Amino acid sequence: MTTMIEASDLGIAFSGTQVVKGVSFDVEPGESFGIVGESGSGKSTVLRALAGLNRDWSGQICFDGNKVGLRRDRTFYTKVQMVFQDPFGSLHPAQTIDRILSEFLLVNGIGDIDGRVNRALAEVALPSSVRFRFPHQLSGGQRQRVAIARALIAEPEVLLLDEPTSALDVSVQAEVLNLLADLRQRLGLTYVMVSHNLAVIAHLCARMGAMQHGIMVEQLTTEALRNDKAVHAHTRELVDLSLSLETVEAAAL
Amino acid sequence: MLVDIQDLRIAFVSNGTRFEAVRGISLSLDLREKLGIVGESGSGKSLTARALMRLLPKQADVRATKMTFDGIDLLSQSEREMRKIRGGRMGFVLQDPKYSLNPVKTIGTQIAESWRTHKRGNRKEAREAALDLLEQVMIRDPKKVLDAYPHEISGGMGQRAMIAMMLAPDPELLIADEPTSALDASVQAEILRLIDHLVESRGMGLILISHDLPLVSHFCDRVSVMYMGQQMEEIAAADLARAEHPYTRGLLNCMPMLNKPRAILPVLHRDVAWLEEKAQ
Repeated sequence: MTTMIEASDLGIAFSGTQVVKGVSFDVEPGESFGIVGESGSGKSTVLRALAGLNRDWSGQICFDGNKVGLRRDRTFYTKVQMVFQDPFGSLHPAQTIDRILSEFLLVNGIGDIDGRVNRALAEVALPSSVRFRFPHQLSGGQRQRVAIARALIAEPEVLLLDEPTSALDVSVQAEVLNLLADLRQRLGLTYVMVSHNLAVIAHLCARMGAMQHGIMVEQLTTEALRNDKAVHAHTRELVDLSLSLETVEAAAL
Repeated sequence: MLVDIQDLRIAFVSNGTRFEAVRGISLSLDLREKLGIVGESGSGKSLTARALMRLLPKQADVRATKMTFDGIDLLSQSEREMRKIRGGRMGFVLQDPKYSLNPVKTIGTQIAESWRTHKRGNRKEAREAALDLLEQVMIRDPKKVLDAYPHEISGGMGQRAMIAMMLAPDPELLIADEPTSALDASVQAEILRLIDHLVESRGMGLILISHDLPLVSHFCDRVSVMYMGQQMEEIAAADLARAEHPYTRGLLNCMPMLNKPRAILPVLHRDVAWLEEKAQ
């Protein structure tokens, strides 16, 4: 089996400022890889470069063994889809859920729109009644489900997740994280997830990389992280912070 | 008693149907006390805070058997009298510094404006006060930030600037509505520690609103848990670990944890009985 995603020596600059410096990592098929870091560490920029949303990068990116260039063709987007942070900003406010979900099918001339839209909604456990509603008629959690359904309708192999739960309530976050874990298992998807919340990354990803100032300072498995095997000072800082904020829960359970 | 709210009800009428968003909330707070209000979106926690500051739009129907601030009946105050209390004696820190700061004025000007409105003084004094306030909120290079525009500083710094602005008139009560949910985990803790420190050293009262129960419990004495416009329970933060209400336990339980991996997160099972109005 070839490696699903190979990023090597990725460098990204915005008007002369280097925001991502020599980031390399591999993700195996069916694996879930997390990128954790503070704002400005370059984690989302890496994800956007993978998705082809940013064309000013250097280095090499391979998906499924194929090197991808600055521009991506249509087949790329049938394989790789992205879910954004804010379900309020990433759904077209004047389009119904039906229109939002069928966009990809219309653009790519794929038939059976009716069946596929219904299946996608069922996949993310939304009732079919939401199909003809507008985004503002749905709750935040429902909107994020729609965003996930929109990514799934392309039947991708890879999902790029940019802080998929940070705009949601903790109670809704649990539902969305469960859904993502379930989908990955059922559909055999590969995830790359970006978040500033270490506990969320550790929950969904088996392996992760910590970023600071545009550099991936450490890569380790979640198991190693939990067993206090993190070596880099920044990773240890993130771990300590995360643990200190969950002490109440630990005591509660 | 600094704040005393009894049986607060907030309703909105749309197309002839009346919807009660807050249904009989009672809260009280003393000086030097820190109260957390926790609940999901739509639980009415922000509405409660805004009602206390009388910041709700006209179409909101606000009723309470009692709503006082330092003995002043807030419901009967004129808008003019409210303006002296609001900002002056009650500070309000909002969620997102990106949207709450004026993008075309420097940080220094905005803090100085807040200081001058309530304290009266000349420009020079106001600027000095602004510098002093920026130092109090622990900004490393206050001189530089004073002349910076909101887009030139980070989210954490913007939130510090907003706190500085709220502290300018020396309020007795600080209401913070999700002050950290737009920020990173590490900055979140810093800002909350700062608020905690300022509230303690100035002897203010604090109402901290959030959807993150464990986070709030670190910084408050008491926590009021809200669901769909009603108070589920009020509990001392120290006793949170022994909370019995299923909703409180659900909120505590559904967070992913680093030191306790679980394959599936427990989700909240909402009980219809929670919606029934409890007898006062």
